Order: sequence, then structure tokens, then C-alpha cells
Amino acid sequence: MTSELDIFVGNTTLIDEDVYRLWLDGYSVSDAVVLRVCSGILEQTGATAAVLQSDTMDHYRTFHMLERLLHAPPKMLHQLIFQIPPSRQALLIESYYAFDEAFVREVLGKKLFKGTKKDLDDISTKTGITLKSCRRHLDNFKRVFKVVEEMRGSLVDNIQQHFLLSDRLARDYAAIVFFANNRFETGKKKLHYLSFGDFAFCAELMIQNWTLRAIDSQVDDMDMDLDKEFLQDLKELKVLVADKDLLDLHKSLVCTALRGKLGVFSEMEANFKNLSRGLVNVAAKLTHNKDVRDLFVDLVEKFVEPCRSDHWPLNEY
Amino acid sequence: MPGKLKVKIVAGRHLPVMDRASDLTDAFVEVKFGNTTFKTDVYLKSLNPQWNSEWFKFEVDDEDLQDEPLQITVLDHDTYSANDAIGKVYIDIDPLLYSEAATVISGWFPIYDTIHGIRGEINVVVKVDLFNDLNRFRQSSCGVKFFCTTSIPKCYRAVIIHGFVEELVVNEDPEYQWIDRIRTPRASNEARQRLISLMSGELQRKIGLKVLEMRGNAVVGYLQCFDLEGESGLVVRAIGTACTLDKLSSPAALLPACNSPSREMKESPLVHPPSHGCRSTHNSPIHTATGSRLTQNFSVSVPTLIYTGMGSGSAGKEGGPFKALLRQQTQSALEQREFPFFTLTAFPPGFLVHVGGVVSARSVKLLDRIHNPAFVGIMGNTRSYKLLDWNSFNSDEPETRDAWWAEIRQEIKSHAKALGCHAVVGYSESTSICEEVCILSASGTAAVLNPRFLQDGTVEGCLEPRLEENLPAGCGFCHIPYDELNMPFPAHLTYCNNCRKQKVPDVLFTTIDLPVDATVIGKGCLIQARLCRLKKKAQAEANATAISNLLPFMEYEVHTQLMNKLKLKAMNALFGLRIQITVGENMLMGLASATGVYLAALPTPGGIQIAGKTPNDGSYEQHISHMQKKINDTIAKNKELYEINPPEISEEIIGSPIPEPRQRSRLLRSQSESSDEVTELDLSHGKKDAFVLEIDDTDAMEDVHSLLTDVPPPSGFYSCNTEIMPGINNWTSEIQMFTSVRVIRLSSLNLTNQALNKNFNDLCENLLKSLYFKLRSMIPCCLCHVNFTVSLPEDELIQVTVTAVAITFDKNQALQTTKTHAEKLLQRASTDNEELLQFPLELCSDSLPSHPFPPAKAVTVEKASPMGEGNFRNRSAPPCANSTVGVVKMTPLSFIPGAKITKYLGIINMFFIRETTSLREEGGVSGFLHAFIAEVFAMVRAHVAALGGNAVVSYIMKQCVFMENPNKNQAQCLINVSGDAVVFVRESELEVVSAQQPAANCQPSCPGGEVTT
Repeated sequence: MTSELDIFVGNTTLIDEDVYRLWLDGYSVSDAVVLRVCSGILEQTGATAAVLQSDTMDHYRTFHMLERLLHAPPKMLHQLIFQIPPSRQALLIESYYAFDEAFVREVLGKKLFKGTKKDLDDISTKTGITLKSCRRHLDNFKRVFKVVEEMRGSLVDNIQQHFLLSDRLARDYAAIVFFANNRFETGKKKLHYLSFGDFAFCAELMIQNWTLRAIDSQVDDMDMDLDKEFLQDLKELKVLVADKDLLDLHKSLVCTALRGKLGVFSEMEANFKNLSRGLVNVAAKLTHNKDVRDLFVDLVEKFVEPCRSDHWPLNEY
Repeated sequence: MPGKLKVKIVAGRHLPVMDRASDLTDAFVEVKFGNTTFKTDVYLKSLNPQWNSEWFKFEVDDEDLQDEPLQITVLDHDTYSANDAIGKVYIDIDPLLYSEAATVISGWFPIYDTIHGIRGEINVVVKVDLFNDLNRFRQSSCGVKFFCTTSIPKCYRAVIIHGFVEELVVNEDPEYQWIDRIRTPRASNEARQRLISLMSGELQRKIGLKVLEMRGNAVVGYLQCFDLEGESGLVVRAIGTACTLDKLSSPAALLPACNSPSREMKESPLVHPPSHGCRSTHNSPIHTATGSRLTQNFSVSVPTLIYTGMGSGSAGKEGGPFKALLRQQTQSALEQREFPFFTLTAFPPGFLVHVGGVVSARSVKLLDRIHNPAFVGIMGNTRSYKLLDWNSFNSDEPETRDAWWAEIRQEIKSHAKALGCHAVVGYSESTSICEEVCILSASGTAAVLNPRFLQDGTVEGCLEPRLEENLPAGCGFCHIPYDELNMPFPAHLTYCNNCRKQKVPDVLFTTIDLPVDATVIGKGCLIQARLCRLKKKAQAEANATAISNLLPFMEYEVHTQLMNKLKLKAMNALFGLRIQITVGENMLMGLASATGVYLAALPTPGGIQIAGKTPNDGSYEQHISHMQKKINDTIAKNKELYEINPPEISEEIIGSPIPEPRQRSRLLRSQSESSDEVTELDLSHGKKDAFVLEIDDTDAMEDVHSLLTDVPPPSGFYSCNTEIMPGINNWTSEIQMFTSVRVIRLSSLNLTNQALNKNFNDLCENLLKSLYFKLRSMIPCCLCHVNFTVSLPEDELIQVTVTAVAITFDKNQALQTTKTHAEKLLQRASTDNEELLQFPLELCSDSLPSHPFPPAKAVTVEKASPMGEGNFRNRSAPPCANSTVGVVKMTPLSFIPGAKITKYLGIINMFFIRETTSLREEGGVSGFLHAFIAEVFAMVRAHVAALGGNAVVSYIMKQCVFMENPNKNQAQCLINVSGDAVVFVRESELEVVSAQQPAANCQPSCPGGEVTT
């Protein structure tokens, strides 16, 4: 007696969050069944392994059918085939687009379209994330990137509108897209200590302050590219280092601003000239694409490392 | 006189890419009704076209309006080659034809293609202007309302219940026409879908005419079925109960009617179904061919099998005179009717007087066909065909089929008579077809009815008061309708445990729902008997003879199994009994499902005794006593599980969910001992045959084992196949309707009856287990209306389809208030039926103050009807990005827990075919069918939403025919579903609305105040 066909279709689509998790994590049906057995579900419910197998298959089939819709979340909202309560829909989408930071860290700032796929195997072994899941991550990044790439308006808003993600997740995606677009180098060993969260924070500030729209909110242009004029202006900052008077002025202004807010104020004050020079040099070079990519490396080399050598307890940027 | 049908095509969305080069589509729409076609403009290069067409107007007869579906085809324009079809939408405009239902159909419909499934959606608005028709000889029957629900719909009152209506129409099946050899599968599927749609329209119209003739205005319990007879054609037949219904207009009256399912249940016009015993016969006239050619008609009559308990008692005479009187009156009302049948399973109070038992009849027929053995295939490339003059065929066919059914109905009628009953309730018909053999089955419950509802103008029958006196609530229906001295079969009678005056049988089998006022102890449970029998492959008459020879044995065994399982559960009555016999190439399958309950009025069931026949030897004896012990343990366990406590114990259970038993237990306490004695006595003599299992061979051993292997559902789960689970009345609002399908392949090596039985048993049990597991998050819950269907698509394949609804209930919430309400209601109901309709008013005044302003629940997902309609209209406007899809509930039940049905919008009856030639790519058979069923649900929901509804009740999947050919990577599936589209309002919202209404009403009266403030 073999089961040829075995399905269950509910008027409201049944979704088991645990199984969804397993599916997202890229486990095969049989692996998922093993994991579920280990979770003790059989004992709790008195079910048999066969029941579990059939249940898992069924859920996987449903998820497979849902995946097409998850690729374009607004479609999920309007489709008629699966009746899913809105809260569930949001959850499905959110979890589908949620990512593992370890993975992002690996691909952050890399070109998303070429080459990286071959590296997926390596990343998979390195991070312990299944290959399938890695692929989903990468495909998500690419999909989001492709959709918002040419779009005007706020990056975060665009992502939120087209992928119906939570604010938090949309911001993270904005950071990823921003990094990918500007191809910031983040893979160097020196940068390894920085988490995705750190970079995302930088990205947000940069989007807010350094992009075209940031300069002139009337220009409803993209958040993706750094403002060329702004970079050009940064070049002018060289005077801050070259001109002694300006250097002092700058120093006093910064010191006034930071006085009392910084635990290591005195050290900062002492080293101000060096630090400032480092920063200004990095900033001045940003007109070149290559230097833009190396922004974070340079910053760490020229600014963070000297600070660290002085045993500053804070991360500062 | 004609009507005017107006259609507007608004927009499309999510269309598939039809032009690979541009990744876009140039879509346009053809709107066809009858022979008239309109087209929209081509909307270039878009997957979300906005046609915003003019109103296309069709001027048509109302006859056509009833028969024809509106056909909308979406195509991709192609300048150089033929336009490609994207898909179609069929819209049944019937709901627009009667005034109380929907006024407009407007919404997003999935665009469906029989090869690709759903491909995007289209927004359509449909309206009908009907002109008044004064023609007396009209062929149309616009205005007759149809309900699938097998009880009087919730917002109506039955003035008269006229009786049985039936009709059938026959046509050739396009799949088997010669043209099918040269056309595409798509064209063939579409021809079939269209034809069936047309035939159902015609059928419905014809039935409507019959109803008008009877002066009714509605058909309740409408059941329409298809028989795919293959080469001999396609039969669409329908049965129903004609009624005259009155809409309950007062909102107050409606308001509380289902304040909670429990209350609703108490009030809902229920009947006393009574019945016991089961009588069935087989009549197997084998019909080879008609007409001038070889006609040889022979008929095999199998001795009638009658099952009931054994024993006898002296006849009590109390019931006599009353019964006679009743019989007289009813008879006169019923005698004019050819078939006093009712498809209802639940009835207005007082309608059902006594129940006699289950009556059933089966007949094996040979379908008329020209032998063409070379063509048996099912797939596109191997479709069989025949060259035949269809005209002659057509003219001949309906009469033949009509005669077949008439024969069976006649038999049912005579069975009912033998049980001393004039009517059959809970009546249904079914067929099972395999190649050229067809088993026709009919079954129902013989009953004695109150004539009050059957005649014009006798609503205030003088019989009424007497009736009430004579029939204490909760046991009247159990009393035997026949004369004790002249019983149609040996039955074991005792005095009713409830009223002590009348006789009751020891076991009662019925096909109807449990009457609301029945006194039940404990909870009920699903009981199934499953059986397979091998049969030799044979042709034509030999095959039919073999089948008709097997049938009585199957029927007998199914019955024995049911009886044993019932005893094992310590219960004494079955409701909703449905026995399905399925015929396959080399086997017959029997599946009986019913809900077992313990009726307080019937005697306590005796246990099961095991006896060995073989000469005594020690170990054998030991084995037997071991088995006996196991059985006794199981019975004890079941008693506990289903809370079946003899009255004297039940009092201690504080939370006992059923009010009546408690009440009763107090009353009867003093008598309970004597009732025990009675049983004791009976045990001592007559019971031997009925409940003693003799283990004399391995077969019997297997039987006993299989009895014990049925696993009860996990704790927190209950299941039943009736509308409501006896003993649970605090339903909460969460419902989940589902369909589950399983197909197993038998290994041909071990095909013995036993192995088959075991496989089949495992299949069903595993399926149930899977359901319990899947729905575990809903615990505590009850699977209601569990409907199993078995089919044998191929030699070694068994397909089981289950549709049911899981409803959660609240274990803790004792619902004390509800209970008292219910109790009050019940008492009054029993003392004064006529006042029933007024309770709601009182109830309403009670309940409103108690929760004056329930926290205005932020609009729950289901939209309240008034808002709902508004929303749907809005949605018909160009699709706005934010519109989310409204939730549409589906349930096989006639009600929605925690909600009030405010409007019936019309019947939903849809037929779909899906075919694929890329089975593997679509995820194999499971992926294919899973997607298809999901699509069917989606299309049903879309139609309901377009009518302005938010639920389908009495939903049923009548057919799910699945055929595969994995070698060719092909599969095909046909699904037929139906139900009633309704608008419901959550009780919580209802209260808010009703609280607001007075406020709103007073506004106009004091406008000045409003303005000045």
C-alpha cells in the first residue's frame, strides 16, 4: 500500500510557523521531518511519523505555491487563491525577507549579480546556513535591488511599498541596497569586527546626509547614489588640515560641541590634529570611485585604528 | 417576456505574460450570452488592463436567463496569428433573478483556464432588469428560490412544506463525441463545462416550474448530481423539497435567533427524528438494453434484510388511538403525493412525529452502450469516442433514467409503509458507476409527520394541543410508529426511558440530523463501517449479476459493523447515516458513516459478548476471555470518553454541557434502577443473536480485531458527521473548512478481502489522524459534518475524499446564561410551539441590557453585511492599490457559529475541469490536485464576494473525479461544488448595530436638537 496522493486544502490556508521556519532555512522534507521528530512533537500530539511526513510534505507544497507570490508581496495582498489573514500574510512576508546577519556580512557591498553565486557554497560552509537558504537570501537582495534601483523617492519607502516589509527590515534592506550600489568594501579583515548593524547604521546616516536628496529635498531623486557635488565639496575640506588657523578653529568648534559628551574628551583633544587629518584625507579622496569603495577600510585605518591604539572605549563615527 | 442583462468589464489584473518579447499582454475581452457576443477594445501592453467598457446589453428571454451562464473570455490580441485565449469566467446569473437575493454581481473573478488554472483576475459588473411576466404558460421559473441547506433556512419560516421535487436531464458527453478526436483538450473541457452549466440551469428551471405548480416558492435541500456515464452520456439529476417560505422580516425576530450556536441550535426549528432499525433491500433488475435491440429484463430480488434488536415485549396500547388519528390525517395529506419524500434533515418544531428507521434500496443497472473495447482511455490522446446517432439517443434516454429512479423510489416508499410510516425524511440518492455498470442507491428515514405543515391553510391545526400533550419533548420521535403486535420485523421493544408510556426500539438508525430537542446523554462520535469485497472482473450482465449477488452481503456486514461499533461506544442511536457502496473493476467498497449518540429515551445498550464455536480447549478459552475483557474495557473507556453516564451519575457532573440530561436525571432518578432491571432482564433472554460475536474462523477474528483498532480521536477533538455535535454547545467563532484527498495504490500481490479491508481501514484511520494532527492548533475543537467519499478510479487505486469543518469551542466557559436561556426556551418550545417566533423578542430584550455596549470590536475581518456590500461596490471601481480581499467563510453546515445569517443571496453550483500535460512540472499528482482544489475554493469565494456575500453555507463537494496517467505526464480532474451564498453578521457587531439603530431612528424625530447642539 503506497500513498499516491495526499493533500489537505483548507479554506483558510493552514500555516505552521515551525515548518515555515524549517522551509526557509532550506531543509529538505526528510530533514525537516527528522528535526520535527527531535522537537518532541510526536510525544506531545501522539502522532505517528507517517502523519508528520504527510503534514510536512503538505506544508512544503503550500509554501512552494506561495513562494511565487512572496516574490511580489503586493500580489500576495490581492491574490484570491490563498485565503490568509492579513496578520499571517505580513508574517509570511516578513519571515521570507528576514535574513541571517552572518550571511549579509559576507555579501555586503559585493556586486550582487555576478560571481557571488559561485561563492555561495563557500559562504554556506562558512556560516552554516544551508545553500538553499543562502540562495533565497541572495535572490531576495537581488530582487529588492532590481525593483528599487531605478526608482525615485525615499529608498526605505520604496522598499516598504513594494515589499510590504516592516520599518526595521526595510531599513536594513535599504542599507544592503545602498552598500551594493556603492560597492563599499566590507570584506577586508580589518573590518571583520564590524557587524551588519554597524554598517546599517552608517548607511542610514549616509543616506540621510550624503545623497542627492539629502542635499535638496525638492529634488525627488534617488537615495542610492552619493551626491557628487557633496563629494566635490569634501575635497575643499583639505584646507582644514592645510590652514593652521582653520584647523584650530575647527578644533575648538568640535571640542565645544563634544565637551562633556565624550568620556575620552581629553585624548581626543590631544590627538585632534592627527585624527582630523585622517578624516579629511579620506573625505577628500571620495571623488574617486575606488576610494569610495574603500571608504570603510580607510576610515578604520586612518581613524578608528589610531583611536583604538589609544584605548578609546567607544566606537565613534 | 424578456429581461435585459447588462455587463460591464472594468479591469484586469495580474494577467499572465502572453508576449515573450515585451513581457506584456495585449488583452481584450469577449462577453457572450446565448448567441450574442460583445468585445471590448484591446488594451495594449499591460498586465493590468483598464478596459472600463460600456455596458454591454443583452435582451433575452427569462428562460435563457435561467439556463445560460454568462461567459466571459479574456484573450490576447495577436495581429498576425489567432488570438490566444488567456482564460474564462462563467457567471451564473440566477441569483439576480429573484428579488430578495443579490441585486448586482460585481467584483474580481479569477480568470480560469482548464489547462493552466487561474491566470489573473477580471473585474466585472453584471445587472439584470427583469420585466414583469404575466404569461401563465411561461417556461421559466424565475423567482423560485433554491437552497442547498437541508433545513428551513435561518431567516425564513416554513408556511407549507409541499414535498418532493425531482428532475433529470440527459445529454451526450462532449468528451466522448467524435469531434473530440480532433479538437484540443482545452476545447473539449470547455465544451463540457459549458454544457454542464447549461444543463444545471435547465434542470433548475424545470424544477422551479414544478415548484410553481405545487404553489411553492422555494426548494430547500436542493441536491444536484452528475453521473458521468462515459459513452452513454451525461446525466444531471436533482432532488429537493418544495416549500412555501416566508421571510422573517422583523429584525428583532432575527436578532437573537442565533445569538450563540447553542441557542440557535435549541431554537432552530428542529424535529424529532425518530427511527430505529434499518430496513434495506436490494432490487437488482439488470437492465441490459432497451429498445428494439436485445431487450432482456430480469430482476433479482434479494430478500429484505432487516436489522434491529431482538426480543419482544407485550404491546403497550397507549399510543394506539393517537397514532391512528395521526396516521389518518397525515395520510390524507401525503397520499396525493407520488413520493412523500423530503430531502430535509432538520425540521420545524413539531413536524416530525415518529421515526421508523432507515429505508434504503439499491439497484444495479447496465448502461446502454455500444461496445467498443478498444477505447477506454481518459486522456487527451486516448479519448474514447463512438459514432452514434445522438439524436435518437437523446430522445430515448431521460425516460429510461427516470424509470430507473421511479422504480427505486417506489421501493423506498413501500419499505416506509412496512414500517408504518407515510413519509421518508432525510432522503438522498446516489450512484456509483464503473464502466457500464451503475449502482443506483436511495436511502432515507421512514417517518410519521405532522400534517400541519403539509397542507394549505391548516397552519393552526387543531391537532396541535393534543400533540404537545402526547409528546413529551425529547422522546416523542423515538416512539415506534408501527403497531407492536404487527411488527414489520422482529424488534426488541421497551418502554421509553423518558416518558415511560410508549414503546421504543433498542436501537435507532436514521439519516437525519439529531433533533434539537432530543435528550442526549454525553457526547456523540463519528462511527464508520468500512468494507471491501473482491469481485471477479467480468463483462456486462455477468458483472452486474456478480455485483448484485455481493450487495446483500456487503450491506449486512456494514450493518453488523455499525452495530458492533455502536455498542462498543456504549451508544444506542445513529444519526446522519450514509452508506456508500462504490463499484470498481475488481472490487466493491462499502463505507458507512454516522454519528453515534446515547439517546436517553432508549434503553442502555447491552455489551458485546464473544463466543467461541470450536471445541473447548484451554488456551482458546483463555484467548476468548482475554478478548472479552478487552472489549469490556473499551466500552468502559468509551463511556468515560464520551461522558455517557447513566442518569444517576450525571447529576454529579457539574459542568455537564447539556442541560436536558441534568434536568431529566433529577426527574428520573428514582426510576433509574428499574430501568436497569429492564435491561438486565432483556439480556437474560433474547439478545443472543444480535450482540454475540462468534469467533469461529480467522475472518471473525479479524473483525473483532478491527473493532478494537479504531483509535479514538486525541483529547480535545471530537468528530461527527451531523451538523452539530451533541453535547457541545459553546462554539466559538473560529471555523476551518477543508478538503483532504488521499489515493493509495494497492499492491496487487496480496489482494485478499482481509488485506483489502485492512488497507482501507488504515487509509481512513490515517487520514483522520492526519486531520487531527493538522488541526491541533484549534483544540478544543470538533470536526463537524465529516463527509467521506470513496471512489475507485482504477484497478488498484482507492481514493478517499473528506470534506469537513473544524469548529472550536470553549471548554471552560460554562455559558451558564446561555444554558438557562436555552432551557427556558426549550421548555417553552415544548409547551407552546406557536409562540416560538416570539421568543426572540424577549430574548433580545434580555440580552441587550446584559451587554449594552460590547466593546465595539474593530471591524472584524468578516465585514458586516451592510458595510460589506458597500465595499464590494467600491471595489468594482478601478482597482485601487489598497483593496484587500474580503474574507469569505465556507462551511458545510447550515449556520455559522457566533454569527447571524441575514440574507441568502442564491445558490452556488459550479463545475470545473482541470487538465495538465505537465504533471511532473506541477509538482506531481499532489501538487496538481492541491493547486486545483485551492483554485476551486478561490473561485467559489470570488463568486460569493461578487454577490455581496461573506460566506457559503451548506457547502458540499459533490464530485471530485481524479484521473492520472503518469506515463504520459498527464492528469485530469473534475470537481463539482455547491452551497448557499449568504451574508452574515457577527453577533458582537449585530448588537452594536441594533444598539445604534434606535439612536439613528430617533434622530429624524428630533432634528432640532441635533442641529442646535
